[in-house]
This record gives sequence, structure tokens and C-alpha cells, in this order.
Amino acid sequence: MSTATLPSTSRPTMTQTTTASAGAPALNPAYIQIKDFSFYYGAAKVLHGLSLDIPEQQVTAFIGPSGCGKSTLLRNLNRMNDLVDGIRHEGDILVNGHSIYDPLIEVIALRKRIGMVFQKSNPFPKSIYENVVYSLRVAGRNGKAELDEVVERSLKGAALWDEVKDRLHESAFGLSGGQMQRLCIARAIANRPEILLMDEPCSALDPIATAKVEELIHELKKEFTIVIVTHNMQQAARVSDRTAFFYLGKLIEYDVTTNIFQNPANAQTEAYVSGRFG
Amino acid sequence: MPKRDFLSSDVKPAGESWVWVTSMGLGVGLTMIVFLLGMILWNGLEVFWPKPVVQLELRPGSTAGLNNAPVFGGEIVKSQVKAVQALAADGSPLPPQREYQLFVGNKDVYGFGYKFIDEAEIAARSRPADVIVAERLEYGNAIFRPRELRLADGSVLPASAPAFDDVLAGLVRQGNERRAAIRRIERDQIGGINRQLEKIRLERRAIEGRGGEMSPADQRRLADFETTVKELQAGYEQLAARARELRQLQSVNRIVYATMDGAERTLPTGDLIDYYRPNQLTILSKAAIFAHRFWKFLSDEPREANTEGGIFPAIFGTFVMTLLMSVAVTPFGVLAAIYLREYAKQGPFVRAVRIAVNNLAGVPSIVFGVFGLGFFVYVVGGTIDQLFYSLSLPTPTFGTGGVLWASLTLALMTVPVVIVATEESLSAVSRGTREGSLACGASKWQTIQRIVLPASLPGILTGLILAMARGAGEVAPLMLVGVVKLAPTLPLDSIYPFFHLERKFMHLGFHIYDLGFQSPDSEAAKPMVFATTFLLILLVVCLNLGAILIRNHLRKKYKTSTF
Repeated sequence: MSTATLPSTSRPTMTQTTTASAGAPALNPAYIQIKDFSFYYGAAKVLHGLSLDIPEQQVTAFIGPSGCGKSTLLRNLNRMNDLVDGIRHEGDILVNGHSIYDPLIEVIALRKRIGMVFQKSNPFPKSIYENVVYSLRVAGRNGKAELDEVVERSLKGAALWDEVKDRLHESAFGLSGGQMQRLCIARAIANRPEILLMDEPCSALDPIATAKVEELIHELKKEFTIVIVTHNMQQAARVSDRTAFFYLGKLIEYDVTTNIFQNPANAQTEAYVSGRFG
Repeated sequence: MPKRDFLSSDVKPAGESWVWVTSMGLGVGLTMIVFLLGMILWNGLEVFWPKPVVQLELRPGSTAGLNNAPVFGGEIVKSQVKAVQALAADGSPLPPQREYQLFVGNKDVYGFGYKFIDEAEIAARSRPADVIVAERLEYGNAIFRPRELRLADGSVLPASAPAFDDVLAGLVRQGNERRAAIRRIERDQIGGINRQLEKIRLERRAIEGRGGEMSPADQRRLADFETTVKELQAGYEQLAARARELRQLQSVNRIVYATMDGAERTLPTGDLIDYYRPNQLTILSKAAIFAHRFWKFLSDEPREANTEGGIFPAIFGTFVMTLLMSVAVTPFGVLAAIYLREYAKQGPFVRAVRIAVNNLAGVPSIVFGVFGLGFFVYVVGGTIDQLFYSLSLPTPTFGTGGVLWASLTLALMTVPVVIVATEESLSAVSRGTREGSLACGASKWQTIQRIVLPASLPGILTGLILAMARGAGEVAPLMLVGVVKLAPTLPLDSIYPFFHLERKFMHLGFHIYDLGFQSPDSEAAKPMVFATTFLLILLVVCLNLGAILIRNHLRKKYKTSTF
């Protein structure tokens, strides 16, 4: 069986990003298309016919109270939910026009194009260096010069390089909580994915570490399409371009972030963002 | 109503007394372990400490001595109150009597090595300085007072001569060297000739077995064999003559001595292995003798139905068997656990398999021994013999017990331990870590191989430690699949192909059983039982310590995040 891969977009490299992002004309406003997507854990329907388009190279935030299905949706974007027994979905998700559920798509190839950062930082029991180059190693890329270059680029991209450059070969577990999470971001961007999924990346971090990661998200958006799940209203307001509000597995409202927070169309959204329920 | 102080509550926290019960449970367990180890340590090591020899002068007219002599002596090994109280003539009980057990040695003279004597029979005790305790090739230790040395040149050196000790020590050293030389000739050189003869015999059988007309080449080879065999025979004769000659030299010098009761004996100095004067020792020289005897026990081969000499072949056999078992059990158990935990679809069937595996750990070990004999030895070993060693049949090569089959049998017995421990440690690797790997584009196998397995290595090693501890101490199944009382050769030596997996071997656990229950002299075997038990524990501790060190190293390397 031959495997199809997602068509690669021609993207600017990191060095070109600063110049290119200013007036990039050809950004796809519907880079990820979620089409009438429903999702079941066994008999329980947790997502109810969601439809939304996520634009390229912007930050899209998913907000909503616990159990509203925002993490489930996020984990479907790179098919991480495949690991769970007894799942089922209806509808479709397209990335750059191609269904991620296409039987010809190799899920491993998909995940190489869609990086993910988890709620709880999960560095591997390896050195800092090996953590960063993991995605290259599993792809069979072992050239020392390439790996060295990737480590430096990724750690700089995750604003961690200056802090760890002298101890790259020490265990990743010697890092602080905030550093570990940035290491996981560096790991997620090492293989230059197109999309970066972040599942409450700051929920376990102190305010200073959170500020650093948020700053980083601003930088990363110049190169990646970012989808972030957050419980922190201020954070969504600070970092995202667009915000989707979910409630009980339904998409209540999806708009530009400023509209959601300052002028929500829906009463439930207004109640949630103003802290009256949730 | 009096106002109660807020802090001095009269309500006691419930269940505080259970703390005491739990701590008592631990205390009792610890006490038992300390007591067990302490007892074995004491009894096992005390054997090697040189004890003074006392000379006992008996009450006039006493017949309790040896050969009716008025004096006798030995090492006091036990002192106890007599269990049966003696009665006076009128039937009233006499006050309790003390008795001593003495190691009197000289088994060739008395026919026994240990003797009890009542304290009431003893008139006087002394510690004569000139007494010698000598380790001999046969009949155990001798305890005597030296008289003179009759040397090969006909001269006689009395024990009182200042040079006596130097000469005797020289003769003993010379005897030991000569014995080693004889051993080299008989075991290595003559053994080598025997191996060549056996090889020729098999090749000749192969040629003759083909049947039909013999080709000229075959005839030539047969003729060659004839001449080679003749040469080997000649070589054998020469070596045998040399060994005979050396053996004769062993008995040209003789020591004349008197046992403690006064009987005079002579002994070739070549029969002496070692000697010391127990009543002239300082604490330092005692310690030196202790270390020397302990080392000999570790490094020597057993003599005299295992009751004398060392236990090196048993230590080595246990070690090799345990290592082979570990090598066999680890990959097998780990692979099975990976499939069970990571790949198999969790359901009733897998649950049933898991229960069966757990129950396998509880099957009596002798059952595995019987299976090992029936399957490994008879079926697998028999087939190997048919296919590869058919020339030496009916003498079995692999079709009989051996270190390989014993290791595999124990591996089968301990595989559940490794499976359970591996499964536990695999499931301890967090879902988040696995998802992190999958999100990087790793396949499931890559995740297992690069992330999950390294992180669970310490747990796998814990399972291996438990398996080794169980395997090394097992005796019953081994008796069926390859352990013997006395193995003439080690499973690993300098003769090609170095590893002799088909060989039978000695094992410390079986050695203890053999000494304790099958020994002709139970008193002489008793200290050996404790010493061997001590070494078995020491070996298991050492093996486990090695594995624990590796595990700690890995833990440091792969320590998981606590955050």
C-alpha cells in the first residue's frame, strides 16, 4: 500500500520569517477545516457536529469550561485520540485541503507535520540534546551536523538556548518546570511541523514561566499555525488572534479574539469570559 | 461548667495503637532475619578459626579415654549440660553434669573424629605448646605431638632440634608442589591424551560405520590412526611412569608423632597439606590462619566425600548456572511482557493469560524439574545427540542432565517473575511520555524501544534480581537436570570450546543437602554445612548486589520526573 502525504506548503524558513510575515499574501484562511465533526467515546457523544476554519500562521485559542470537549477536539487534529479504545467520529477534518482520516494517510507522517505540546511537560528520560532531536532520530536522520544545527535552532526558537547551551548532554530532568515545558516546545518544533497544537501549555507553570511561554507563542506564530487550549481567559486574550468558545461539546461562538472578549454575540460566551460561570 | 482549654482535648486520635502493632510486625520480621543471618555467619565462619587443643588428664581408673589411656586431647567444640540426669545408687537424682564434645582428630587411629567426655572424668587440663594440628590428604585432621623426622637420606631430626620447624615446613611445601605437578600430569596431560584417543575412536567408528568397500584414503587414515594411537600410548606410559615416580617421592620423608593418648604413628610428609601449632598462636597468626583456611575453602576442590577441602566447583557451578539462567530468562520474559502489556488487546483472554503466568510462579519447583528432565533432557537433548553426536551414542552428550538444561529449567521457572515485574514497570511509564513520543512522529515500536524500555529497565532489573535470588537457591529441580555430588570438571575451562554446556556441575544448594544428609560423617559435615550455607548466601547477595548496582546506575540515568 502506498501512503499519501499531505502536500507541503511552501513556507518561509525561520531566517526569512521576519521579512516574509509582514506582507505574506498567500496565507490560507481555512488552513484547518473542521467539518461537521462529531466524536464519541464509546456511547458518549462528546463533540456535537463542530464546524470551524482555522487560519494559517495565526494563534487560535479554544476556551470553555472543563469537559466541554476542547482538548478532545485538539487531540483529534493529530489523531492522538486513536490510542483510546472505543472511539468513533463523524464528519471530517481537513488540513490544507486533505482529510486527515484519509485511509491512505500514514498517521505517523501526519504527526510529523503537526507538533504537539502537552499540558504536563513530558520530557523523555534522556539528555536535553536527545530530547530535542528525538523526532529526527525516529525519522532516521542521524547526521551529527544536521542534529547540532536543529538543536541550536529549536532551542533558540523555544527561548531556551542561552539557559542550557552549556549542559546539552545532561538529563532533561535537571531543568525547572518552565524550562521543561519550553524544552517540550523545542522538541515539538524541531522537525519543523506546520501546525503546533498546545494543550494548556502553561497550566502547570508559575507566572514568570507563563509569560516566557506566551512571549514564545508570539514569536512562533510567525512560522507556525498554532492552536492552543487554555483555561486562562487572560491568556487567550493575550496570545490568540481568534478564539473559539465551546460548551458541552458544542461550538458556541468563534470569532476574532477582541470580539469574543469585548463584544461577544452570545450570552453564554459573555457570561463565561466575564467570569460569571465556568 | 469549667472552660476547657482548646488545646488539651480529651479526644485521642483513633487508631494510634495500630502504629505499635505495625511496628511490632516489622520488628519481629527484622529480628528473625538478623538472627538467621547472624547464626549462619557465626557458625559458618567459626569453622575456620583455629581453636586451642587441650590435653585432658583423666581421673585415675577412668575408662572414658581412648584406648584406655589416662590422657587424651583435642579441640573443645561444644560444652553442654547432660540431657539425662544421672541417678545415685538410691535412685535420687544427682546434680546436673557437664559434658564436653571434643574434636580428637586422628580418624585413622580411632575410627571417629568426635568424642564426648564427662566433666567428672577430668582430673586436669593443660595446653601443651608442642601440639600440632595437621591437615592431611586422608582421614581428616591429625592432632599430635611430633617426635622426629625420618628423612630420605636416613638421617633423623628430633622434634626438639631448632631446625625441625623449618625442615617440616619445607617438606610440606615441597609435597604440595609435587602434588600439584602430579595433578597437572594426570588431569591435564593424560586427560589431553585421552581426549585425542576418544576423537580417534569416534573417527574410526565413522569410517567403519560407512560399510562397503573401504577407499584407499580411508585405509590410509586407519593406518595413520594405528600409529597415532601407538604414539599416544607411549606418551601415556611415559607420563604415568613420571607420575608414579613423583608419587613415590611423596613418601620418602616421614614424620613420626604421638597421638595425644601416646600411641606412636608415622606419616609420609607428602600426605600433609598444612599444619599449625594451635597453642602457640597469637591473635594475629590466628587471623592469618583463619584467612588462609577460608581462602582454601573458597578455592579448593572437595576431598573425602565432600567433607574436607573446598567448595570451589560448587561456587563456580552455581555462578555459571545463575548467569546462564539470567541470560535465558531476561529476553524471553521481557519480550513476553511487552507483547502482553503493549500489543495484546486487553480483554478476557489476556487477563486469563496473565493469571496463568502469575500462577506459574506458584508451581512447585520440582514440577519444573520433572518437565526439564522429560522435555529438555530427553526430547531436546536426545534429538541433539541423534543429530550431532550420534557417533558417541549410546553415551549421551546432551541427552543427560547438564548445566544448559538446568539453566533453561530454572529460566522457565523464573520467567513469570520477570514477566510480572516487566509488565509493572512498563505500565509505570506515564501515558504523557508515550504520547510525547508518538506526537514526535515515532511509531509504537520506536516509542517502546527508545522511550518505554529504557525507562522501565530498572524495574526489569528488579524482576531479574528476584528471579536470580529464586533460581540460585533452588535445589530440587536441579537434582533431576544436571547437578551432581562431585563433578570432575568445570563447565568452563581452557579446553576448546571453553564453554561445556553439556557438562554436569556442582551447586551450593545441592552441596548443602548432600553434606547434611548423605555424608558418612555427620559430625565432620556439620561445620561444612554452615560454611557452605554462608557462602550460598554470600553468592546470592553478591549477584544481587551486582544487579542492584547496575539498576541504581540506570535509575540515575533514566530517573523519571517527579513533577
